[in-house]
Amino acid sequence: MSAPAAPASRAWADRYEMVVGLEVHVQLATATKLFCNCPTTFAAPPNANTCPVCLALPGTLPTLNAHAVELAVRAALALGCTVHPLSVFARKNYFYPDLPKGYQISQFDRPLATGGQVAIGESPEGAPLVAAVTRVHLEEDAGRSIHDRFDDATAVDLNRAGVPLIEIVGEPDLRSSAEAGAYLRVVRQVVQYVGASAANMEEGSLRVDANVSTRRRGDTGLGTKVEIKNMNSFSAVERALEVEFARQCALREARRPIAQQTMLWDATSETVRPARSKEDSHDYRYFADPDLPPLVLTSEWIEARRAALPELPAARRARLREQFALGGRETEVLTGDPRLADYFESVARVHGDARAAANWVLRDVLAAMNDAGLSLAEFELRVRPADLAALLDLVRDGSLSHTAGARVFAAMVRTGEPPSRIVEREGLRQVTDDAQLGAWVDAVLAAHADEVRRFAAGERKLQGFLVGQVMKRSGGTADPRRVTALLLERVDGR
Amino acid sequence: MSPTPLLGRTAAALAEAVAAGVLPAGDVVRASLDRARAVGAGPEWLNAVLWTDADAALEEAARLDAAPGADLPRPLAGVPVVVKDNIATHRLPTTCGSRMLEGYVSPYEATAVARLRAAGAVLVGKGNMDEFAMGSSTEHSAYGATRNPIDPARVPGGSSGGSAAAVAAGVVPIALGSETGGSVRQPAAFCGVVGIKPTYGRVSRHGLVAYASSLDQIGVLAATVDDAALALEVIAGRDPLDATSADHPVPRLRPVDAPDGDAARPLAALSVGVPREYFPPSLEPRMRARLDRAVDHLRELGATVRDVSLPHTALAVPTYYVLAPAEASSNLARFDGVRYGRRIAGDGVQATYERTRSQGFGPEVTRRILLGTYVLSAGYHEAYYRKAQEVRALIALDFANVFADVDVLFTPTTPTLAFPLGAVSDPYEMYLSDVFTATANLAGVPAMSVPVGRVDGLPVGGQLIAPYFGEPVMLRVAAALERALGEEAHR
Repeated sequence: MSAPAAPASRAWADRYEMVVGLEVHVQLATATKLFCNCPTTFAAPPNANTCPVCLALPGTLPTLNAHAVELAVRAALALGCTVHPLSVFARKNYFYPDLPKGYQISQFDRPLATGGQVAIGESPEGAPLVAAVTRVHLEEDAGRSIHDRFDDATAVDLNRAGVPLIEIVGEPDLRSSAEAGAYLRVVRQVVQYVGASAANMEEGSLRVDANVSTRRRGDTGLGTKVEIKNMNSFSAVERALEVEFARQCALREARRPIAQQTMLWDATSETVRPARSKEDSHDYRYFADPDLPPLVLTSEWIEARRAALPELPAARRARLREQFALGGRETEVLTGDPRLADYFESVARVHGDARAAANWVLRDVLAAMNDAGLSLAEFELRVRPADLAALLDLVRDGSLSHTAGARVFAAMVRTGEPPSRIVEREGLRQVTDDAQLGAWVDAVLAAHADEVRRFAAGERKLQGFLVGQVMKRSGGTADPRRVTALLLERVDGR
Repeated sequence: MSPTPLLGRTAAALAEAVAAGVLPAGDVVRASLDRARAVGAGPEWLNAVLWTDADAALEEAARLDAAPGADLPRPLAGVPVVVKDNIATHRLPTTCGSRMLEGYVSPYEATAVARLRAAGAVLVGKGNMDEFAMGSSTEHSAYGATRNPIDPARVPGGSSGGSAAAVAAGVVPIALGSETGGSVRQPAAFCGVVGIKPTYGRVSRHGLVAYASSLDQIGVLAATVDDAALALEVIAGRDPLDATSADHPVPRLRPVDAPDGDAARPLAALSVGVPREYFPPSLEPRMRARLDRAVDHLRELGATVRDVSLPHTALAVPTYYVLAPAEASSNLARFDGVRYGRRIAGDGVQATYERTRSQGFGPEVTRRILLGTYVLSAGYHEAYYRKAQEVRALIALDFANVFADVDVLFTPTTPTLAFPLGAVSDPYEMYLSDVFTATANLAGVPAMSVPVGRVDGLPVGGQLIAPYFGEPVMLRVAAALERALGEEAHR
C-alpha cells in the first residue's frame, strides 16, 4: 500500500509542490503542572496526579507556574522569537470528557512570543534554508480518554490535564517531507538544548500536527490545507506527508476538490483517514481568561533569560569544528544530543587528544549504548567521561593495545568499574606462560639485533625499550617482570 | 427594628467575651441554633438556610472552649456565621442552590471560610441563593425561594438572599455572600442589613464557585457596619491560590470612626458625590425622601455634598448582561456530569452532556448560558462581547473621573423596595434590579449598602461607593451615617 506512493509522488513532484506548516506541542520539563502543584511524572497510576484544581472542582482557580514561563521563554528565545512583555491567557471552550473545565487555558490573540526562525539546512545550491516560526504560546494539556480499557465505557485519566505545553506554530515554509523532518529535528534539539523539554515523542512530550497543502509548481498562493494528526515519530510524520501529498496530487489530477479537514495517520496501514470529530466546525469562543492576569515580563527579565541561554546547536557545531577539528558529520551527530556533545567535550578535555576522543565516542560509545540498550544518562553512570579518558590514556601510552582497550571498555560498560581496576583485576590476563613470553622475547631480539648487541655490550638503558617492545607485541598483556627476567636470561645467559 | 442581636451583643462583643473566657462559644452557637429554630430559618418557613449540622457546629464550639488559644488573636471567637451556598465548605454541602450539585461536599475549603474559622468563627449553615448566583430575588433556587424576614410574603433580594435573611432574622450576626452584579448589596437593602462588596481582588475567590470571574467577589452581610468591617478585615488579603487577589495591604477597617477631629462633624474633611443618574424621576418618592434624609445627615456630619454625574450608568445593565453570561457560559461548562455532581446518563457522551445539563440547570441558568454562548460565538463576539468590554472601560472611567473630585458616592442601592414573591416574572424586569449596583462590579470599585429607613415597613438601602481599595473611607462614612440615623434606619 505504501510502496506505490513514493514513486508516484516523485512523478507528481515535477508538477506539484508540497506546502507544509507544522504545529509542534512540546511538554515543558517542569516538576509540577501549569496551574496547580500536581506532579507531572510520566506513567503514574491513572488520576494519581490530580487535585481539586486540575479536576476542575467547583470554586478552584488556576495559579501560574513561574518555572513553566521561564522554560517557555527560553525555548522561544532559542527559536529566535520575540518574547512579548505582555501576553494574555485565553479560554478555548469545548466539551470533551478529558477536558475537566470545559475549556483549555491557552493563549490566543496575545501569544507569549512571535516571529522566530529555524535553520533547516542548505538548498542544493548551498543557500541556507530557513523556516519561519509564527508563534510560541503557553497552554495546558488535556487529559486522556481511554476507549479500550472497559467494554462499555470510556475511561478518563487526568494525570496529563494541566501539564504545561508550548505550541510552536510554524509558517507553511516547508516544501518536502525531508525539510519537515529537518525542521522537527532542529526544533527538538533546540528545546532539549535549553532544557525546556525532554521532547520525547514516545512519551508524548513532543507531538506534531501537520498542515499540508499542494499547489502547482510556480504558483505562490496556498491551496486548501489538510491537517494531519496522530503521527508518533518523526519518520511517521515524513511518511504521512508523502502519503497525504500523493493523495492530494491524485485528487488534483482527477480534478476533484480537496476538502479542508482533519485526517488521522494510521501507522499500521500507512494511510490517512478523516477524523470523525467535526474538528473544523468548532467555534471555540475564545476570550481572555478572567482568572489570570495578563502575563507581564519586563525586558530586563527577558534579556537575563537570553543571556543565560546555553550555546545553541548551530553555534556549538561551529565551535566543535573549529576547536577540535572535527568534521561536519561528526559535529552533527555529537550535537544531536547536547549531553552527547557534553560527554565528548569532557573526554576530550581530560584526555587531550580530541581526535581519539571523537573516534571513541562516535564509534565505541554509541555502539555500546545501542548494544546494551542504554540511554546516554544510563551509560554515563557506568562509564564516566573521566574513566573513558583514563582508558584512552592507557591506550595512547601503549599500556594497552587497541584490542585490549576495547576489551577493557566492554568490561567498563558491563561493570561500571574504572579501567585501572579492570586492567589490574583481570590483569588483563597478563601472560605469564614462559613459552609464550619467550616466543615474544625471541621475536623482539630477532627484530632489534642492533639494540640487543648494544644492550649486551652494556648499554643497559635499552632494557626499557626492549621490554616495551615485548609489551607492545603482547598487546600489553605480558607480565613485564617475567619479560625482563627472560630478556636478561636470553641476552646475558643468566 | 434592627435584627435582635444574639445574647444582646454584636459579633465583636460576642467574640471579645468568648476570647476572654467569660462566655462559652457553646452558648453562643446554641443561641444561634435556637434562634434559627424559633424564626424557622430552615426549609420549614424562611428557607434562608439550606444545609446545617448542629452537632458539627456545637463540636466546633466545644473545641474553641477547650482550647481558648489565648496567644492567637481570634477576632471572631465563637461567632456563628452563615456562608452562602456557592462558597466551598467542609462538612456542609456546597450546591450553589442547584440540582446540579445536590449533595456535593467540597473536599477543600474556600480561603474566606478558612480565614473565618482561623478567626474563631463557627459555621452554622449554608445560605440559600439563586441558582449559581443568577438572580435578584432568591426565587431561582432549586431548593425553593427564601422569604424576607421583614415581610415573609416578599423576596429577600438575591442572589445572597439566604445570607441576608439569616442576618436580618438574627440567626447570625454576620454572613458571607457573593456579588457579581449586586448580590450582596441588593439583599442587604431588601432585608435592612449592612452588605459590603469589596474592591475586586480584595477578598480571595478561591473556593467561590465562579459565575462571572471578572465580576465575582465575596462580600459580607452584617447587622452593623462595625461587624461588617470586622468580618471583612478577617477575610481580606492576598491569597496565593487566587491570581486575581490583590497584593494590597489590608488596613484596619475598624474602629471605623474618624480617628480625630470634631466628634459632631466627623466627616468634615470629606466630600460626598450624589450622582444624578442614580436618582431618576421614577424613583419612588418615599424611598427618595429617606435617601434625601440620609444625605442631610451626611451634610450635618460635616461632609461636603456635591451633585455629580456618571454618564454611562444606564449602560451598566446591558453591559453586565453581556459580560456576565459570557463568562458564565464558560465557567459552568465544568458541570458536565463526568467527574462530580449530577449525571443523567444518555446514550453516549453527547447525550449525557445534554441530559445532565438540561435537567441539572434551572431555566435562569440555562437562559444565561445560552445568552453567553451566543455573545461569544464567531460573528457576534465583536458586536456584543468586545463592545461590552469597551463600555465596561467607559463605566470604570466614569468612576475614575468622579473620584478625582469626591471621596465617596451616595446613591440608592435598589430602584425598588422588596417585591412580593412571584411578582416579577419577566427576566428583563428582574435584571433591572441591578441598575444601581452592577456599575461597581463592572468598575471593580468597593461599594456597600446601609439601611437608611423604611417605607411601609420595608427597608430602604443607601449605597456608598468608594475608589479602589477605598474601603476605609467608605466604612467611616457608613459608620457615621449609621450612628447619625440611629433607630431611624430601621423605622
